[in-house]
Amino acid sequence: MSLEAPVTVIEPSKGWVSLRLGAVWRFRELLYFLIWRDVKVRYKQTLLGAAWAILQPLLTMVVFSIFFGKLARMPSDGVPYPLFAYVALVPWTFFANGLTLSSNSLVSNQTLLRKVYFPRLVIPVSAVASGLLDFAIAFVVLLGLAARYGVTPTAHLLWLPVLVLLALVTALGVGLWFAALNVLYRDIQYIVPFLVQVWLYATPIVYPSSLVPERWRTLYALNPMVGVVEGFRWTLLGTGTAPGPMILVSALAALAMLIGGLFFFRRMEKSFSDVV
Amino acid sequence: MTTSDSLAIRVQHVSKQFRLGARLNKYPTLRESLASGAARLARRLAPSGDTDPDEAARLLRALDDVSFDVRAGETLGIIGSNGAGKSTLLKVLAQVTEPTTGRVELRGRLGSLLEVGTGFHQELTGRENIFLNGAILGMRHSEILRRFDEIVAFSEVERFIDTPVKFYSSGMYLRLAFAVAAHLEPEILLVDEVLAVGDAAFQQKCMGKMSDVARHGRTILFVSHNLIAMEGLCDRVIWMRAGRLVEDGPARAVVASYLRSVATTQTERQWTDPATAPGNEHARMHAVRVRPEHGKAGDAISVETPFVIEFEYWRADASARLVPTLHLYNQQGATVFNVGPVQQSAWRERPDGPTFIRDVCHVPGSLLNDGLHRVSFALIEKQEVVFWLDDAVTFDVLDDVERRGSWYGKWEGAVRPRLDWHTETIIESGS
Repeated sequence: MSLEAPVTVIEPSKGWVSLRLGAVWRFRELLYFLIWRDVKVRYKQTLLGAAWAILQPLLTMVVFSIFFGKLARMPSDGVPYPLFAYVALVPWTFFANGLTLSSNSLVSNQTLLRKVYFPRLVIPVSAVASGLLDFAIAFVVLLGLAARYGVTPTAHLLWLPVLVLLALVTALGVGLWFAALNVLYRDIQYIVPFLVQVWLYATPIVYPSSLVPERWRTLYALNPMVGVVEGFRWTLLGTGTAPGPMILVSALAALAMLIGGLFFFRRMEKSFSDVV
Repeated sequence: MTTSDSLAIRVQHVSKQFRLGARLNKYPTLRESLASGAARLARRLAPSGDTDPDEAARLLRALDDVSFDVRAGETLGIIGSNGAGKSTLLKVLAQVTEPTTGRVELRGRLGSLLEVGTGFHQELTGRENIFLNGAILGMRHSEILRRFDEIVAFSEVERFIDTPVKFYSSGMYLRLAFAVAAHLEPEILLVDEVLAVGDAAFQQKCMGKMSDVARHGRTILFVSHNLIAMEGLCDRVIWMRAGRLVEDGPARAVVASYLRSVATTQTERQWTDPATAPGNEHARMHAVRVRPEHGKAGDAISVETPFVIEFEYWRADASARLVPTLHLYNQQGATVFNVGPVQQSAWRERPDGPTFIRDVCHVPGSLLNDGLHRVSFALIEKQEVVFWLDDAVTFDVLDDVERRGSWYGKWEGAVRPRLDWHTETIIESGS
């Protein structure tokens, strides 16, 4: 039986290592179970469970509508401000939670890191992906809200999966850097919430991107969440323009973050269990 | 059928270094790293020739050029004191940590019981944890499904399988965790100190499971402090000390030489020069030793062996009545007893005046439990301690094979006396 058994070679890895994404694929069942665990535990541990998925963007939308919509009279491309804000907050909440959870994922799973072998990449990936259910719930509410304001979705909706993927890639790309750094420097735990807050204002959530001067738009779109939010508004509300050069810039920026994050993560991976 | 001449594990010149600074100060802050990075840069810009001597001192070699082969189907035990590198070795094999240098080849799927219950989540039910834990240990979903009933039956928690494990007793928790790991069916199994889990009946089941796995031609690497289990289960044992492989051979021989080495630690201390010997104006030590009643210091003492503790010292004060006492502590630091000779009339007749004295305390066999023991010595004058010697001797009371019975775990308690038992029939059955 052990004659044709697979041979594993363990050697110190040197320099810039290969990504070994094949190993992640072989552990896809573990990935699925970790996502399932995160979702299940989150809903079991909290009093309101799945309701948080709705309340979090909804309450933020109410606050934004009062202060930015009513008091500051922020322009909203002719769309009712609550809908304008909520369309952006749904993908934003998914991104922000994914980034926060993945940044802390290695630290909060340190017993696993110290005891068992599996591609470490599985952990931050599952942290980001576990937010997809929350996103789906919040999205159903979004459709309801749109219907209430008399907005009917068009065929543009088909673009949505691409936009969600872009948000996921961005959260994971940045999350990978922070997750690995967090093992070494617990300072990251304090940096992430601050970064998320600043990032929120660097993304057209409370304001329309049309406020940003034309010549700065390309630079602005280097923030991949600009592309995501603009895309969401276009697919659901029909505002702005079709995903053009702006979303291309966003996608390229997100991809660059992800690839950089993957290599950085793999390079740091070998020291995780010794340091965490 | 076993393929006895094919290798399951080949370990070649494996070393593992830890940076002590990084281990002690667990979470370096960004500020510290920036500071040390700047220091490194400064050194690079202005090289002083040599490498930093501090840097070398801070390196800990947890594994130091370790090489060995394990044949498929072999059960190999690894022994050594704490910090010898046993667990680090298993961690390298389990790919939890990377070796600094060297190479390991593994043939076949590897499963580890490095710590049972890894990844168990308190909020999830027993059923959910079986699936999660199975996936973490590398089992396929279909495999877990197929063996689910068997796992539940083995763990004996059927009634609570849909209860969150946070409501489990620690025994139930461990049984379930072990049950999942025991059904992993790897070609190579790493076991680290899990046999102390659960009650006697469950231990028997676990041991049975392990021999079962061994009989099916699987390779087992077994780390434990339980030398009795080690001798019973393993064909071959390797002994590690300070990250190095000291001895590799048949279980019985290696365990014996390991025991000899730990038995000679600090069973005798002598001070030839009175100027440096511990003491004060009342007394000055000459020697302390612990030895079997009919043996010399360094001979093995088991739970059955009557032994003596001897204190030799110069008594300085002519008129004083110095009363010797000793404290005996076990490995956990609990005082097993504190005794002195005050009650014995024979001792009261000892000579007065400045003398060279030997006080001997006789300890009967079948009194102490197995494990490491420490002795402190004190001299008391009119209810006041005038001299105190901490850790006068340290000795190991060895386990006794005959008195274990079928129990492989450690007998609990500070003492392990041999007490009389008898059984009376109160009512004849059937009457």
